[in-house]
Amino acid sequence: MHRGNAFRTVVLLLGLGFLYLPIVVLVIYSFNASRLVTVWGGFSIQWYVALFANAPLMEAAWTSLKIATLSASLATVLGTLAALALVRHGRFGGRSLFTGLIYAPLVMPEVIVGLALLLLFVSVGADRGLWTVVVAHTTLTLCFATVIIQARLASFDRALEEAAMDLGCPPAKTFFTITLPLIAPAVGAAFLLAFTLSLDDLVIASFTTGPGATTLPMRIYSQVRLGVTPEINAACTVLIAFVAVGLGLSFILTRSGARHRDEAAGEASADAVAERHAEVRS
Amino acid sequence: MASRRGRGSSGGALVRIWPFAWLVVFFALPCLLVLRISLSEVATAQPPYRPVIDWSAGLDGVLAAAAELSLDNFRLLLDDGLYWQSALSSVRLAATATLLLLVVGYPMAHAAARLAKRWREIVVILIVLPFWTSFLIRVYAWIGILKPEGLLNTALLKVGIIAAPLEILNTETAILIGLVYSYLPFMVLPLYATLEKLDGTLIEAAQDLGATPTKAFWAVTVPLSWPGIVAGTLLCFIPMVGEFVIPDLLGGSETLMIGRTLWSEFFGNRDWPLASAVAVVLLVLLVGPIVVFRELEARRSAPGAGGRTGGS
Repeated sequence: MHRGNAFRTVVLLLGLGFLYLPIVVLVIYSFNASRLVTVWGGFSIQWYVALFANAPLMEAAWTSLKIATLSASLATVLGTLAALALVRHGRFGGRSLFTGLIYAPLVMPEVIVGLALLLLFVSVGADRGLWTVVVAHTTLTLCFATVIIQARLASFDRALEEAAMDLGCPPAKTFFTITLPLIAPAVGAAFLLAFTLSLDDLVIASFTTGPGATTLPMRIYSQVRLGVTPEINAACTVLIAFVAVGLGLSFILTRSGARHRDEAAGEASADAVAERHAEVRS
Repeated sequence: MASRRGRGSSGGALVRIWPFAWLVVFFALPCLLVLRISLSEVATAQPPYRPVIDWSAGLDGVLAAAAELSLDNFRLLLDDGLYWQSALSSVRLAATATLLLLVVGYPMAHAAARLAKRWREIVVILIVLPFWTSFLIRVYAWIGILKPEGLLNTALLKVGIIAAPLEILNTETAILIGLVYSYLPFMVLPLYATLEKLDGTLIEAAQDLGATPTKAFWAVTVPLSWPGIVAGTLLCFIPMVGEFVIPDLLGGSETLMIGRTLWSEFFGNRDWPLASAVAVVLLVLLVGPIVVFRELEARRSAPGAGGRTGGS
């Protein structure tokens, strides 16, 4: 048994090392004073200074943040609705077509999605720019959002909703006061995933963007093709730090959210039991 | 039960129409448009800024558009060996990478699933975490490691394992490393999900009946984790066939992968109809795997279907 344990530990350490080594190397070399990537020339933050002075890169970052915020918000709303439709409304006409439309974009190669959307925008004569990228990213990320929220809804205790409706709460109010707070962690996770995917996308944005809306990955890509530079290492490190802080925050939020939720659910069910007792006795 | 369903469906149509309409307009329709453009001639579609079908002319417009259809682009694809090779080599590379992913990912998922609960959660989070950092950045990081004067070669030269720098960057090996690295979480997670649910007593039973650990693994664990293997394989294979960033950054100018071919037809040669035809070919290559994936996911998420796969 001990041999098995040691083997497992080695496998996991090797696997995790493989996953993290390139990222760690990148972060370390972003603080390298030397321009040569393999020669360590001492600690320096000069590439960060150069980075923030790089106006086109900063502008692209700002564009990417705007696109990610807009598309993730839209995708979260649409994804919540789609998840509700799939989990709650059992069988409806066109259900299998609907699930197909949700799952196909998850695996569809990005080059196809990008090209297809571009052809649509061109054929309706839409001006390409920030908004066409927002629409394109929403289309892709709403499917990811649906899958995440759907998983949460599937394990949802509908008795809580029924209790509210039995007590005369209208469906819309039930949704906003009972359902939404309970699935909030999943909705938050869906938003974060949609945001990250949008911030990260190169291929679809390259196809669907227009003049004046160059995103950060597009900018990074065009520099990366010319070779490895410490400045791009610095840009990547900033992005990694950004994601790490975001994830840390969401982790804390879902942790406290889960605790509150459990407590609330516990109280609610205790109340329900007490009420039931009172009813039976009277 | 009946009353609940009745109450639910009154708002149901309103709820489902928005995402449904969105996906029809921005996903299904554009895919049909790709098919339509792929059937048009270069001359009429360049620049393709005019409406694809002249709706104002009514049925005549539709007929006129239909009359313009031609298979020239597909004939060109068939005639030119370059396209064939790029389609074949993307399938070959994606299949090789999928096998490698299984070899690397299965032991990881298996080891993670056997850990104590506390450690299990941490390890799973650690495996998923890199997925949240930019894909482009993670591929880019490998350039610095793999290039002739990069970290790997420097390290190997210092240790004395090799005498001259290895040519890894701009080869298929680099593409495979990039593919395995980028898609590893997508392989490990589905495998882990099935292995974690696996009933440990079945393996004990096999061993009690005299099976060696190796035999028990192949005769019990692997067949029971089949759903995870299929899901992970599809989740990695399908997008890898159409991958663009990895072959472009790590594979150099000579790599043939269909996603990259599509990109250069579109951005390099500005031949939109031909790029669309390449997209259709790629889609045809993937339609089988995508349908299987969709069926699997739909069945898995169907309410009331239960998570248990027929293992007993």
